[in-house]
Amino acid sequence: MNGIVKENPTFVLLLGMCPTLGTTSSAINGLSMGLATMFVLILSNLLISLIKNLIPDMVRIPSYIVVIASLVTVLQMLMQAYVPSIYATLGLFIPLIVVNCIILGRAEAFAAKNGPVASIFDGIGIGLGFSLALTILGAVRELLGTGVVFKSDDFGIPGITLQGEDYGMLIFVLAPGAFLILGYLIAIVNKLRKA
Amino acid sequence: MEYILIFITAIFVNNVVLAQFLGICPFLGVSKKVSTAAGMGAAVTFVLTLATIVTYIVQKFVLDANGLGYLQTIAFILIIAALVQMVEIILKKVSPSLYQALGVFLPLITTNCCILGVAILVIQKDYDLLHGIVYAISTAIGFALAMIVFAGLREQLSLVKLPKAMNGMPIALVTAGLLAMAFMGFSGVDGGLKILFGLE
Repeated sequence: MNGIVKENPTFVLLLGMCPTLGTTSSAINGLSMGLATMFVLILSNLLISLIKNLIPDMVRIPSYIVVIASLVTVLQMLMQAYVPSIYATLGLFIPLIVVNCIILGRAEAFAAKNGPVASIFDGIGIGLGFSLALTILGAVRELLGTGVVFKSDDFGIPGITLQGEDYGMLIFVLAPGAFLILGYLIAIVNKLRKA
Repeated sequence: MEYILIFITAIFVNNVVLAQFLGICPFLGVSKKVSTAAGMGAAVTFVLTLATIVTYIVQKFVLDANGLGYLQTIAFILIIAALVQMVEIILKKVSPSLYQALGVFLPLITTNCCILGVAILVIQKDYDLLHGIVYAISTAIGFALAMIVFAGLREQLSLVKLPKAMNGMPIALVTAGLLAMAFMGFSGVDGGLKILFGLE
């Protein structure tokens, strides 16, 4: 369970920055992206730990990439079928899970050296840490940008209003807000880790 | 005229790094010095253009022709990985000086999401090959521009005294945020150009 706090992939290891910045315009979007990544991460960790002895060392990385890409394709099909609205919102970032360095990183650093059960738990830990980070970033951006958190029109969730909608600062939902908020969140995490 | 529109939009209005969040890893990772940033920008321009041409041809003539559209993600990432390897090997033989300049950045490019992202976007936007190539080159120039400007800012930043917690990545991200805000000033330019060129 190191992945959630001590080795949080986003705030501490600074991996997987593209989806972190690109999909966190709201808390729900961040959470969906986190869960989608976690799905691929757990299964890729499991599969790679099972087949690690069959793969020659030379073609290790390409084989891992094929495993991950196949899982992402499965995920794309599942999401298109069951949650098309989320699939449309996250758009390009779903196929781009393939090049998320967290997944290849865990495959190489953990799944290739450990058994299937440990690998599943590693996937869950890192996946939860990533989801948590994306949800926090999304929630802060949504709150500052629109004044409401966890709002989703697709699911009819009204969200929690914490400040008047009139006081939303749109800049935080737009691109610059992603960089700014993540920068300050990492600074806060740095401060807390030192203390 | 359409090509000019694609060119300006991809570089300034919809900058690949600052507006679309693709290729953030190299943007944050190798932007400490202007010279390395420029090298990375050049390497990305080279590979991105090649990758877009190859993936486009494969998509149209292999995947679509055989009804294998769902294999897109797997096919594209393999093509890009193979292409990067090939470029590395060829450059080493043909032009050692260019290899010296770009070589260190090439292995990093396989996991650069702006390559795969642009390859998929070209298919999604339904461009023909020539439009796709112009789009790829302009996107890459946009990437290089953002990299170099950002590296210039970071070189200056390294001289500034900062609170300890802000050192390193946090201040880099805040700087990137301000840069993204500056690029937001270009939004709407594409609409204006469309009217100017009589495309609307």
